[in-house]
Amino acid sequence: MTKLDARMPDGPLQQKWEQRLEEMKLVAPNNKKKHDVIVVGTGLAGASAAATMGELGYSVKAFCIQDSPRRAHSIAAQGGINATKNYPNDGDSIWRLFYDTIKGGDFRSREGNVYRLAQVSNHIIDQAVAQGVPFAREYGGDLANRSFGGAQVSRTFYARGQTGQQLLLGAFQAMMRQVDRGKVKMYPRREMLDLVLVDGVARGIITRNLVTGEMERHAADAVVLCTGGYGRTYFLSTNAFNSNATAAWRCHKRGAYFANPCYVQIHPTCIPQSGDYQSKLTLMSESLRNDGRVWVPKDEADVDKPPHQIPESERDYYLERKYPAFGNLVPRDVASRNAKYMCDKGLGVGATGRAVYLDFRDAIEEQGRDVIEDKYGNLFHMYHKITDEDPYEVPMRIYPAVHYTMGGLWVDYELMSTIPGLFVAGEANFSDHGANRLGASALMQGLADGYFVIPFTVGNFIAEYDVQKVSTDHKAFDATEDDVQDQIERMMSIGKEGSRTVIEIYRDLGKIMYDQVGMSRTKEGLEQAREEIVGLREEFWNDVKIPGRADGYNKMLELAGRLADFLELSELMAIDASERDESCGGHFREEYQTDEGEALRRDDEFCYVAAWEYDEDGDPKMHKEELEFENVELSTRSYK
Amino acid sequence: MAQQTMTVHLKVWRQSGSDSQGRFEQYTAEDLNPHMSFLEMLDVVNEDLIHAGEDPIAFDSDCREGICGTCGFVINGQAHGSERGTTVCQLHMRSFNDGDTIVIEPWRARSFPVIKDLVVDRDAFDRIISAGGYVSVGTGPKPDANSIKIGKDVSDKAFDSAACIGCGACVAACPNASASLFTGAKITQLALLPQGKPERTRRVQRMVHQMEDEGFGNCSNIGECEAVCPKEISIDNIAKMKREYLRAMLSDT
Repeated sequence: MTKLDARMPDGPLQQKWEQRLEEMKLVAPNNKKKHDVIVVGTGLAGASAAATMGELGYSVKAFCIQDSPRRAHSIAAQGGINATKNYPNDGDSIWRLFYDTIKGGDFRSREGNVYRLAQVSNHIIDQAVAQGVPFAREYGGDLANRSFGGAQVSRTFYARGQTGQQLLLGAFQAMMRQVDRGKVKMYPRREMLDLVLVDGVARGIITRNLVTGEMERHAADAVVLCTGGYGRTYFLSTNAFNSNATAAWRCHKRGAYFANPCYVQIHPTCIPQSGDYQSKLTLMSESLRNDGRVWVPKDEADVDKPPHQIPESERDYYLERKYPAFGNLVPRDVASRNAKYMCDKGLGVGATGRAVYLDFRDAIEEQGRDVIEDKYGNLFHMYHKITDEDPYEVPMRIYPAVHYTMGGLWVDYELMSTIPGLFVAGEANFSDHGANRLGASALMQGLADGYFVIPFTVGNFIAEYDVQKVSTDHKAFDATEDDVQDQIERMMSIGKEGSRTVIEIYRDLGKIMYDQVGMSRTKEGLEQAREEIVGLREEFWNDVKIPGRADGYNKMLELAGRLADFLELSELMAIDASERDESCGGHFREEYQTDEGEALRRDDEFCYVAAWEYDEDGDPKMHKEELEFENVELSTRSYK
Repeated sequence: MAQQTMTVHLKVWRQSGSDSQGRFEQYTAEDLNPHMSFLEMLDVVNEDLIHAGEDPIAFDSDCREGICGTCGFVINGQAHGSERGTTVCQLHMRSFNDGDTIVIEPWRARSFPVIKDLVVDRDAFDRIISAGGYVSVGTGPKPDANSIKIGKDVSDKAFDSAACIGCGACVAACPNASASLFTGAKITQLALLPQGKPERTRRVQRMVHQMEDEGFGNCSNIGECEAVCPKEISIDNIAKMKREYLRAMLSDT
């Protein structure tokens, strides 16, 4: 059995990364081209890793399910990216960003990883600016900063409401430059369906060509998984339609441990659902909470009244009331849970009663419409388009939706999973955000991993392991490809006769997950969820209906394969949530709350990472990585 | 909540593969909620087709919030439909009338071969970017980000060009199937910024030549590209590209 060793360098926090970099073995420049590296996924982590490794001289193969690597879901990130530049001179430092991130994550992440993240954050900004990423600027020509998502300093860099797009295009272009140089070979419209292990080491992948349906084999000296999170387990989420956990889950089934699957972030500022036909929800950047004020009517009788008819005295600005220090800028989990409570009390507004107001009236009065338009123009435009209501005139209506998953494949300090040679970066790993991610930290982590960590740690692995070439004719490739082919054939044969569409079953899964494994969980509900998931999985494997053929473009077949994996991962999420008898970050168990209804963390018993080992018989085994805090004192998060 | 529903009649281009003959098929979508997006309407149509044992309409989409650039087809003769500054995924059924007939076709351009139904191959765009749509800097220590001052006006202008989502509507709308707006936007963004200046000559030459090699047509200043662009990217970007190209032809640096 694999030993859960985080390979954390000894020595003071501030020197761990530097020290590790100095200890690492290097691959000679003339040898790098002999080493193939596979990068799966071309979001911020994948594109930046592929670009950097290609530039270093490795022979990189990059894969994405989209028709172009530029479309990875990082593109949709709106708000910004944190760094500790301290340009506004408001007292920011590496330590503060580190501390805020550890605390924001409710003390469920590794000190060493988080500190490294804060350390490299400034390099990311320098890198992006050098690439020509058009960040927001002040009139004098300096970069602009704003405070974001509960931070008490202005450390967030942004590009209007399209920061993810601009950073991704920067990384994408850097990668395309390596494509031009012949150092990166790009494979779009390919889905990784399995990991190939030779002697227990990751040596390649099996992909399906999403246009022709053909199976393809690719061998390499290391595999880097940058395939994003598993928010789509909930069906309705802010994640893209095609976002999925298939690559990560299939690696899990090949031996990579899955850590903290129950840590899911439910983002407070999304556009509420309007009907059952919906397949995804739209996020409104949380930067809106900098200027928007969240409220509901004090009186249940007022919920259907037009908001401007509700006088000031009859409005409950509940976040400002309950959390005077942070007000509308409390972390995401706190804001989400409180919105749910208000709606549960019958104070929710809008057609479904599942929404609260986010009001810009005061900000527009104080700062002027121009200023607000400059900051949030595109978000207001997007809201207007979707809802047909003008947020300059009427308050927005928002409701929480699944947005980000902090859990993911377990990785050590060098971002290697429990399978040697399999590295995991970005949202796909579990490493930096603990039980809750702070705003503007996802872009930072994706790029930190891809530009500044993976290129070195993969090199160290290649040098240290002295990996020998394998051919795709190796019997391990035959066997793995057969497994993938069998699964597809099985699905297609059931799919011919079945009666329920992929979307119908998928929607059912989403409902179970939102109801029982969502913002507020109970032991009983989680056990019930587990039973229902098992039942739904059986239904899938007996009655799913899949149109068309496997030997060509078939969106429903793609989705069916992903749903099959979500139907397994969801059960692990319920198990993990049920085992964690405490409330922390995005994981809130109703049995564990303070008298005031706040999360009750239980550090004595649960200060660990739960890393799950796959079991074919449905009885996964938990391995604990105890979290040691040498530099910070575990405090109760208080935003009052 | 009682809500008015609507019915629309669809004429959809169906084509099983790049080499096969395509044709229009007719469908009727009933009981639609006007707040549905256009793609959600197609989702509903597809669910019915699947239940009826037929092949669903293939179309690409991903973020469904207008930023990834994956979706896009021609609706009643207009790329992304008739609403300005909108991708198909952000187009809502309320902008149609009950009983309308709606014609849906894929992007039509020689350089964007049809893969299936409404799905086309836009790899040519990526090849244009890889010909020079970047600043040639490696990863590694860089000067402090604020050591390069860029005025807000310039930065905002560069952003306007950088907002392109690479959806291909500009090509689909152009009678010459020109990719000038797409290519011009990237050239303009990088030519405006000090970071992009050192290699602007090589960039514009390589990108324009790649665009031509891909079989895209020339720009003849019709302006349809700007009219359909979901990010409302200005045709000025094409003028800028042409100036950059001319400058490159006349200078050696």
